[in-house]
Amino acid sequence: MGDAHDHSDLDRQVRAALLVFACLLALTAITVGAWRLHLPTRTAITLALCVAAVKGSLVAAWFMHLVAEKRIIYWVLALTAVFFVPLLLFPTFGALDAVRLH
Amino acid sequence: MDIPYTVAVRPDTGLNNGKIAIWLFLASEVMLFGALFAAYVMLRVGSTSWPAGATYLNVSLATLNTVVLISSSVTMVLAWASLVRRDFSRFRLFLGVTILCGLVFLVIKYFEYSAKFHHGYLPRTNTFLAIYFTLTGLHGLHVIGGMTVNAWLWGPGSALWKTDPAHFTNRVENAGLFWHLVDLVWIFLFPVLYLL
Repeated sequence: MGDAHDHSDLDRQVRAALLVFACLLALTAITVGAWRLHLPTRTAITLALCVAAVKGSLVAAWFMHLVAEKRIIYWVLALTAVFFVPLLLFPTFGALDAVRLH
Repeated sequence: MDIPYTVAVRPDTGLNNGKIAIWLFLASEVMLFGALFAAYVMLRVGSTSWPAGATYLNVSLATLNTVVLISSSVTMVLAWASLVRRDFSRFRLFLGVTILCGLVFLVIKYFEYSAKFHHGYLPRTNTFLAIYFTLTGLHGLHVIGGMTVNAWLWGPGSALWKTDPAHFTNRVENAGLFWHLVDLVWIFLFPVLYLL
């Protein structure tokens, strides 16, 4: 979010936030609805995590204003991702490897 | 001596210092929860059997909590927008609703935890409950932390609005960024723990 706001820009941001709110409610309903269908585990995990990723992106982009942020914030987040992705992936690969060996 | 660049933009970063600081803090929070999510994945993949979340947990209450937390994020945005519009009374209304939503979330969580303890489901019962209590407990502490900051901004901290409204607006914006991260973490905790 910039440090100077004109009111029409602010009105747009508020309208976008309300639209995102409606989307988040709908996506929550989809997540719970899909869970009630008792899908196969792999499909259920993929679907639930994809919907959660979309919801998370909406919150980050519109509520946290990452759609229009300064470059330095994107660099901070990119650096975080460089550590975050291996943090999640390496233990997962290690655990999967251990399962295969047994 | 005043802390520099609390309102004015630093020429090298293009942002005030508070904004940079809160994003660096949020980055460390992402790593903290990331480590616990990694622990969850390792425990689940390495386990011979893993219970469905609904075996132990109440999905209806968690769904309600999701709606409550999402609603609180919107009211946080509306509180900040009210300050930018110089409407202090609406700011207090929306921030008050945000704090109330946080309280409702914690009360629901209290009932959830109480039911678990009543049935003898404790962190030591099994690995699933151990990681459930760790993740939701840490998230709950973040909700309490966010509510404390918001309550201070709603009450005594709001005195800054009279002397330096731009600085106060920046503080509310930064508190909002933290609150949205708390919401974002829950968005992932909900399906991972309750539905899968």
